Amino acid sequence: MPGKPKLYYFCGRGRMESIRWLLAAAGVEFEESFLETRDDLLKLEKSGALLFQQVPMVEMDGMKMVQTRAILSYIAAKHNLYGKDLKERVLIDMYVEALMDLDELLMHHPFQPADKREQDLANIVDKATNRYFPVYEKVLKNHGQDFLVGNQLSKADVLLLEALLMAEECKPDILAKFPLLQSFKARISNVPTIKKFLQPGSQRKPPIEEKDIPKVMKIFNVAQ
Amino acid sequence: MAGKPKLHYSRGRGRMESIRWLLAAAGVEFEEEFIETKEDLEKLRNDGALLFQQVPMVEIDGMKMVQTRAILSYIAAKHNLYGKDLKERAWIDMYVEGTTDLMWMIIYLPFQPAEAKGKNLALIIERATARYFPVYEKALKDHGHDYLVGNKLSWADIHLLEAILMVEECKPDVLSAFPLLQAFKERISNIPTIKKFLQPGSQRNPPEDEECTENARKIFNI
Repeated sequence: MPGKPKLYYFCGRGRMESIRWLLAAAGVEFEESFLETRDDLLKLEKSGALLFQQVPMVEMDGMKMVQTRAILSYIAAKHNLYGKDLKERVLIDMYVEALMDLDELLMHHPFQPADKREQDLANIVDKATNRYFPVYEKVLKNHGQDFLVGNQLSKADVLLLEALLMAEECKPDILAKFPLLQSFKARISNVPTIKKFLQPGSQRKPPIEEKDIPKVMKIFNVAQ
Repeated sequence: MAGKPKLHYSRGRGRMESIRWLLAAAGVEFEEEFIETKEDLEKLRNDGALLFQQVPMVEIDGMKMVQTRAILSYIAAKHNLYGKDLKERAWIDMYVEGTTDLMWMIIYLPFQPAEAKGKNLALIIERATARYFPVYEKALKDHGHDYLVGNKLSWADIHLLEAILMVEECKPDVLSAFPLLQAFKERISNIPTIKKFLQPGSQRNPPEDEECTENARKIFNI
């Protein structure tokens, strides 16, 4: 069943953004079907299209794939972004899992109540600069190569770049102490497929705006 | 670097239990070094043994592996429990993510506010019986095989059995509307390596009691 993958989600980053990044980096064109209201989500559920009644859902290769990690792993393996053997794969997995932890914090930040936001931001910056970024800086320093694993582009590099850019949106000088991450950022941003994705007009989504937060919470039935 | 894998975690199930299950099902003997106090955890951190300052950590094949899913994926792939091709792996991943979400609701229960416990427990049962179990029941019904994916034992089967037993601890008759899952449960429980793991005296952990929960709170600053 050839044809472009089709992504089902709301028109914002959330859990689908990493998938958009990876498809774009792999040079795969994709379509999107946006959920605008809670009814859209319920309709999709009723149609039986969502295995566990949740999005993200990506229609590709004859499957209606769900679960962010499953989707990312499939795309990575299919497009040679998952290392060459089991040991490289596990390194990529370790790096990516940590990035997803950081991403969870970043993703939920805009949805924090106003009185908790400053503390939440401080926590994010603390984790990013003390727990996560030092690891990737050290990995790059230790092997001196351009990419995190196996001297070739992988899912880990794509997701790290995504995380670095999101962290900079929170605090523009957050990479001040990480010279190798700064050059990594420049280098990976220049990979042609990724460079294209970073240009205006691509399917990359902007950070969520304050005014759209109630709408998204309604779609996912999150109590405010 | 031959030798048994060595698991670093606190006593109790937490995030390490699925790893214990998978190693046991794969017939891999393993050792455990238990973190009893906050100081034990600090020592591991100061020794540089924890890539992201967190456990689970498993010393295996010359690596100090961290991140639960990375560890599980590695063990599954190494021991032929990850399907035969990319599509089977995708299905195994999808199924495992579902059972992970379900088990997480249960693992986290003791750390939720006491007054919300009844409500949270009801939600667990609702999700189990309305969202998750129907998917696995249907998968088994549709293909009529003994295992979830590829007509062969995989990580998905082991993880589902672990989830089923955990939910049954919350509500013993929770499988009453799922005949195929009941048969699945018997069948997978009888696989020799798993049967051994289910017997008293194995490295399987019982459900968390108050003391275990309190200790985890102290060690991990929850």
